Amino acid sequence: MSNFRMHLLVCGGTGCTASDSLELVKMLKESIKKHEITNEVEVVVTGCFGFCEKGPILKVYPDNVFYITVKPEDAEEIITEHVIKGRKVERLLYVEPNTKKRLEGQKSIPFYKKQIRIALRNCGFINPEDINEYIAADGYQALAKCLTEMSPDEVIDTVVQSGLRGRGGGGYPTGLKWKYTRQNQSDEKYIICNADEGDPGAFMDRSILEGDPHSVLEAMAIAGYAIGAQYGYIYIRAEYPLAISRLEIAIKQARKLGLLGEDIFSTGFNFNIGLRYGAGAFVCGEETALIHSVEGKRGEPSSKPPFPAQRGVWDKPSCVNNVETFANIPPIFLKGPAWFKKIGTEKSPGTKVFALAGKVNNVGLVEVPMGITLREVIFDIGGGIKNNKRFKAVQTGGPSGGCITSENLDIPIDYESLSSIGSMMGSGGMIVMDEDNCMVDIAKFYIEFTKDESCGKCTPCRIGNTRMLEILEKITKGNGTEQDLKDLVELGDVIKDTSLCGLGQTSPNPVLSTLHYFQDEYLAHVRDKHCPAGVCQALFSFRILPEKCVGCTACARICPAHCIEGERKKVHVIDQSRCIKCGACYNTCKFNAIEKG
Amino acid sequence: MAKLKTVEELKKIRQAALNQLDLRSTAESEDKVLVRVGMATCGIANGARTTMKAILDEIAKQGLANVSVTQTGCIGYCAQEPVVEVVSKGMPSVLYGKVDENRGREIVIEHIKNGRLLQNAIINKSFENME
Repeated sequence: MSNFRMHLLVCGGTGCTASDSLELVKMLKESIKKHEITNEVEVVVTGCFGFCEKGPILKVYPDNVFYITVKPEDAEEIITEHVIKGRKVERLLYVEPNTKKRLEGQKSIPFYKKQIRIALRNCGFINPEDINEYIAADGYQALAKCLTEMSPDEVIDTVVQSGLRGRGGGGYPTGLKWKYTRQNQSDEKYIICNADEGDPGAFMDRSILEGDPHSVLEAMAIAGYAIGAQYGYIYIRAEYPLAISRLEIAIKQARKLGLLGEDIFSTGFNFNIGLRYGAGAFVCGEETALIHSVEGKRGEPSSKPPFPAQRGVWDKPSCVNNVETFANIPPIFLKGPAWFKKIGTEKSPGTKVFALAGKVNNVGLVEVPMGITLREVIFDIGGGIKNNKRFKAVQTGGPSGGCITSENLDIPIDYESLSSIGSMMGSGGMIVMDEDNCMVDIAKFYIEFTKDESCGKCTPCRIGNTRMLEILEKITKGNGTEQDLKDLVELGDVIKDTSLCGLGQTSPNPVLSTLHYFQDEYLAHVRDKHCPAGVCQALFSFRILPEKCVGCTACARICPAHCIEGERKKVHVIDQSRCIKCGACYNTCKFNAIEKG
Repeated sequence: MAKLKTVEELKKIRQAALNQLDLRSTAESEDKVLVRVGMATCGIANGARTTMKAILDEIAKQGLANVSVTQTGCIGYCAQEPVVEVVSKGMPSVLYGKVDENRGREIVIEHIKNGRLLQNAIINKSFENME
């Protein structure tokens, strides 16, 4: 038994490992060895803390001190100062931006204050590669309870009562999905975990699998017991190597302890889990396409009905749930559905994990109760917009969602409210945009993405999205007409109404919502041939303001096209015919003498 | 490790593994007893490390839960080193001076376990009346 007096938790998520957190672990261990305190201090590699903006994260227990942006070379100082002498390394503490005070505890940091962690409860708290730590954190207790004390129907009732809804985006009640799959009689049934996280910028599923893989395994076994399945597949993209390796370790450990396998807890219930790798196609997140891909076929969707609950993988009844949905299951059984129902809103109980990205100060993973406002997420937790710029819009739901403007920032977030303002919950990507983002360009980016990711099976999606992209390219090049805007709306509506699967049914959303909220910006592009944000290269120019130019020659020297002329201490001029609009002069000028517009 | 046959066996693993996580969960708990050992140069020179180890050992021996032992820097009372502060909910924070190994163990048993203060070792009842 270990008697460590101190635990140093280092984030081993993908974000922090990319900034050398594993090297930090190595240095810490070396320093601990050097100072002969190996039996006093333990270094634990955990899953993601969520505060990726400030990674690598190191948390010291029992002192509850939260260090940010820790570099490998800081290891020695942390050991000699904090671990041996008990003096905190002040310079590595988080600085509250308003008061400039250094904050020690994780919970005192504004980023964490409004968060409630259910799905991410063990991320950054336990070692994901040690099943004992998961068990110590009440792991597999929910499975034990279900198998030994509850009937499958009671298990389903509990999930129905909790009101849990699919966290992959659709928001379909999880309990009902389980119920329908149970009702379909068959000799074989399957549980499928959808870990094909394809939404650009979203990484909550990856973080859960990296930080707490056992919670997903446990929930899948519970689901298997509930619907009458003995086998589960986790469909995960091959580009998540760390998540895959942690899952493999977790499955092996669970099998060894008999928590997966045959006759679990001597109840006669058998459950095994296998991994299936995806090649990273966005459409494979759609459940019918995913099922075909699991079977080794082309990842193309098919029409519903039949629903997977009727005919899924290998034509047997199957239940497809998302990673985050599964991660919510064990706590619902341990704390009761009433506890879960109390969190969040009436129609959308519980929490949702959002991946905050874009022009926001605190990029990272946040888990908040449903019903919180976007303003709280972006400004209180996210710390507001970078470089004091003005907030313009936030895109939720990824390429299937829409943008939300400042007038709707105070709407409480849940599945219905986001749909009512033309966006959607989606898997929880949240991309914040500021005044420098051109909305036409953003719409073009998303359509380009869905056009590439369209599987090509149905015509409206394959050809429709290509035509939409062509129109948007025309507009951003300055050749658009007002008729094009009307065509976009019409085409968008047709694609939505006639596409086979969710990909095509939602792909025009970013265009339609930007057209709705930012019509002026589109009109500026087609009428005035002007891009107000200065993004679409054909539609703006740089100009030197004669009254501000001091003739320092900095711009002329940095210009890669050598198209800025002027003598020293005299006003400079840009030759527009040769300007490539790279913006180098604009960024270099110290006198704000260059105007973009 | 053998395969688990019963829920009881799972609970046993949990109990054994709890110690591993106890340090972390106790730190997050709000009503924990906090023991701070002064570990600046003067404290260490006077044997604070031995004291701290004795305190940790005694806590484990007595099987006490919800106690967090942390270090702190110099509190300026060098003549009384090693200095140990005990903070528990509903009680004023108590500062003990000249805490050697034995006194450390006594603090754990008397103060933390039995709720009795070691009157002869108290420097000041709290920081508030230190002025």
